[in-house]
Amino acid sequence: MTSTAVAPTPAPPRRAATARRARRDWRGWLFVAPFMLVFALTFLAPIGYAFVLSLFREQAFFGGTTFVGVDNYAQVLADPKFWDSFQRVLVFLAVQVPIMLVLALIAALAIDSARLHAAGFFRVVIFLPYAVPAVVAALMWGFLYGDHFGLAADLNHLLGRDVVKPLSDNWMLASIGNVVTWEFAGYNMLIFYSALKVIPKEQFEAAAIDGAGAFRAILSVKLPALRGAIVIATIFSIIGSFQLFNEPNIMRTLAPNVIGTFYTPNMYAYNLSFGAQQYNYSATVAIVMGVITAIIAYVVQLRGSRKGM
Amino acid sequence: MATFSVTRPRKSRVLTAVMALYLIYTLVPLVWLVINATKTQPALFTTSGLAFGGPFALFDNIGETFTYDDGIFLRWLGNTLLYVVAGAGGATILATAAGYGLAKYRFPGRRAVFAVVLGAVAVPGTALAVPTFLMFSELGLTNTPLAIIIPSLISPFGLYLIWVYASDAIPDELLEAARIDGAGEIRIFLTVTLRQLAPGIVTVALFTVVSTWNNYFLPLIMLSEPKWYPLTVGLNQWSAQASGAGAQPVYHLVLTGSLLTIVPLVIAFLLMQRYWQSGLSAGSVKQ
Amino acid sequence: MSRIHRRVKAAVAVTLAAALAVGCSSGADGPATGSQDSVDAALKAGGTITYWSWTPSAKDQVAAFEKEFPNVKVNYVNAGTNKEQYTKLQNAIKAGSGAPDVAQIEYYALPQFALTDSLANLDQYGFGAFEKDYAPSTWSSVRVNNGLYGLPQDSGPMALFYNKEVFDAHSIAVPKTWDEYVAAAKKLHTADPGKYLTSDTGDPGFATSMIWQAGGKPFVSDARNVKINLADAGTKKWTTTWNQLVEGKLLAPIKEWSDDWFRALGDGTIASLVTGAWMPGNFKSSVPGGAGKWAVAPMPTYDGQPVTAENGGSTQSVLKQSGNPALAAAFVRWLNHGNGVKPFIASGGFPATTADLNSPAFLDQADPYFGGQKINQVLNDASKNVAKGWTYLPYQTYANSVFSDTVGKAYLGGTSLDAGLNAWQQAIVDYGNQQGFTVSAG
Repeated sequence: MTSTAVAPTPAPPRRAATARRARRDWRGWLFVAPFMLVFALTFLAPIGYAFVLSLFREQAFFGGTTFVGVDNYAQVLADPKFWDSFQRVLVFLAVQVPIMLVLALIAALAIDSARLHAAGFFRVVIFLPYAVPAVVAALMWGFLYGDHFGLAADLNHLLGRDVVKPLSDNWMLASIGNVVTWEFAGYNMLIFYSALKVIPKEQFEAAAIDGAGAFRAILSVKLPALRGAIVIATIFSIIGSFQLFNEPNIMRTLAPNVIGTFYTPNMYAYNLSFGAQQYNYSATVAIVMGVITAIIAYVVQLRGSRKGM
Repeated sequence: MATFSVTRPRKSRVLTAVMALYLIYTLVPLVWLVINATKTQPALFTTSGLAFGGPFALFDNIGETFTYDDGIFLRWLGNTLLYVVAGAGGATILATAAGYGLAKYRFPGRRAVFAVVLGAVAVPGTALAVPTFLMFSELGLTNTPLAIIIPSLISPFGLYLIWVYASDAIPDELLEAARIDGAGEIRIFLTVTLRQLAPGIVTVALFTVVSTWNNYFLPLIMLSEPKWYPLTVGLNQWSAQASGAGAQPVYHLVLTGSLLTIVPLVIAFLLMQRYWQSGLSAGSVKQ
Repeated sequence: MSRIHRRVKAAVAVTLAAALAVGCSSGADGPATGSQDSVDAALKAGGTITYWSWTPSAKDQVAAFEKEFPNVKVNYVNAGTNKEQYTKLQNAIKAGSGAPDVAQIEYYALPQFALTDSLANLDQYGFGAFEKDYAPSTWSSVRVNNGLYGLPQDSGPMALFYNKEVFDAHSIAVPKTWDEYVAAAKKLHTADPGKYLTSDTGDPGFATSMIWQAGGKPFVSDARNVKINLADAGTKKWTTTWNQLVEGKLLAPIKEWSDDWFRALGDGTIASLVTGAWMPGNFKSSVPGGAGKWAVAPMPTYDGQPVTAENGGSTQSVLKQSGNPALAAAFVRWLNHGNGVKPFIASGGFPATTADLNSPAFLDQADPYFGGQKINQVLNDASKNVAKGWTYLPYQTYANSVFSDTVGKAYLGGTSLDAGLNAWQQAIVDYGNQQGFTVSAG
């Protein structure tokens, strides 16, 4: 029985002529080039431009651009607003991402277990929120959070006290976390589910032969198989958390005193550009965030994959 | 083999009940949306949000959504379809080709490619917004569909997904055999690869369709005229109409419009799901 | 002296006299004004212009304009409501292209665009001659730094809108002074903890208007130098009164313009609003439950003497980027000084033109929503009593955007507004200095 690797590995070298192998090496670019060309235009060029912007300071009202080198960066690192927003997304990340991924994992395992009635129905419905645009999701949850006419108000009536106040200062981050979890748990569930679906049947049969029960199968077959998917889902969730923007920005209209212009780093950068017209400083904030995010994502990737990708 | 093996367990009611709680959590906001899309605007302001109330106006609302402001909603729908077909379609093609290239060819720079892509994605979108806007402005592309479509062509997650699938689902022997038969690389890609990758491609297509359908931030910045708005930005404008001097609230249209925006995606998912599901189990077994 | 020499001297004298005459009659103390000839010529020649506006009646106005001038095509675009449109305008100005020919700009945002040299000075077309046709408070809003940057579209003199039914039920007399207002707030909330006299969760437009009414002049600026004092006498007058409401938790904690807010206005939870004269239109479209229950009274004052402020209101301006500024100016003239005014008022707008403000038809209109009251009489008086001398910052849109970061915290915590205003002042002083203005505080 041939062993089937679950994590992606490069194909073992063929006993082919060296010339043919060398030719094949470069042909990879044929397929990768279109993607990389558009990528260069839509990502690399603007990032480069943003980097250049971060080295200057322009006065939007009176023109005049001066080269300031790393001054902007020094300013960002000493900016209390930046650190306030950074701390906030860090807290958000530490709490929301694990909750969401665990939820997604349980759902994926449950649906895949074939022990669920109407699994197909569950799969569709749980994925649904991902299909809802953030604007609409914020609208719906914004209503439900209303403590005068929304669901929160009804809960308060039920409890007889003004306890549930999702849009208040103390609760706001959790409320946003809830919206994000609601939106993306299904998406992550699908990622895990797809990974579960490609586990070859032989592995289960082997486990069954070894006398494993259902839970044992989960631990020894499914979870290891999911490792790659969990790592990538974590990385993308971390990136998403650090870039948190859509949900707080839309909910800002409901509670502008709670969600200020620098609630998250991405909002800070956005408002610096489009509200204050301080484009250079905005670019600097974004690049600093980008670097921090990239480092953390890279670390997660290294620790997460034994064999590396 | 045991009667209740891990490959064929019996169904559990407890599990179903527990999952049903998650289901309720998922559905509550959507139920709210459906209920309130059936109300007239005055009823929206006077009846409870979680129960039906006032005259049943769903079909009236739908009609009004499509005809309000000279049918701009239909225009927005058309725009969204354009961006999705071109953007998600293009993204799927690019991600498939690039993922295949990464998986099956050991070319120089291979390791760097994914690291660079991931690194670039780590930079917040706002860093890219102004430079992209200024760049596109120079090129005369702002306020045109291309400003939305071109950035949508990059799906880092799609790239990763195809990379993994291709590594697993396309045996090198298959490619070798085709090469020995004299087929060129592109021919191999089109005839052999695409068939093997089908479930992965459908998955990537699904994700890119959803993300381009719901694209909000970039269109908000790139477009200044409603005639090019996608549905998300259009709904936002209708929503913002409710405040300030000279307001013209159209809450009922925002809600109905939101419902109409979600429905096509649900249908797409249901359709794609059947195709994807049948493909998956077939493609995983190796010789 | 040769005859030619004398002729030249005479010609010069005549020209000089003519120039002086024109300069005097325009009433402007600005640069020499031009004439409307080029505007009329452009109108005759025709062409295409783009117009950005969120006015509800804009579409009808454009249609009427095109009907009257068939060889002019107006490309009407609703680029979003104020903040969104200003962002797009700023982006287009920065990029150097993509801006419309004519754009709607609110009075508080006008200095920003004017002082950055993004707008055409309409004095060159002789529009300064229209001064007497407009309410003085609106004219002073479109004159920035001696230039004329738009023609007023509407005005928003403030008044007190109150729920008569709730007032009568709780035996509350219509307050004439702010002390009476605060007392009424206490009375209402004590009698019924579910009701509030008014709502205010922090709005920069409202705060600046209230400071305006109290006689404060916190923002003084020319093109480069700015003085900010959010602790001056007028500001303090306002905060002394308003702190009682904020700290006493007498303000409804319902966000303005939200779904909840409209409901609260309809069911009596919020019993009054101090806001601009354009509010009736909003009542009619969004507060169906309040029909017949509300009425309008003059805004309360500090000493009982009538004085008000403007809240909101916009103008249409011509962008410097315009390819056909004369035609654009012609459109602006038609909109706000020509046949465009009637459709605007008909759709519920509150006029800025004195003729319309004082017309008997306007004043005698009995409004069924307000129980048949002739509300325009109250609002017209309000328009006449606007306090003079107010100016906005050259970067008011930015200042307003950070209001919630600073003063908003005071509202959130129910603490003194003075500390919040101080924080706001700090933020906008810093910003101004960063952007190249010379800003001093105090």
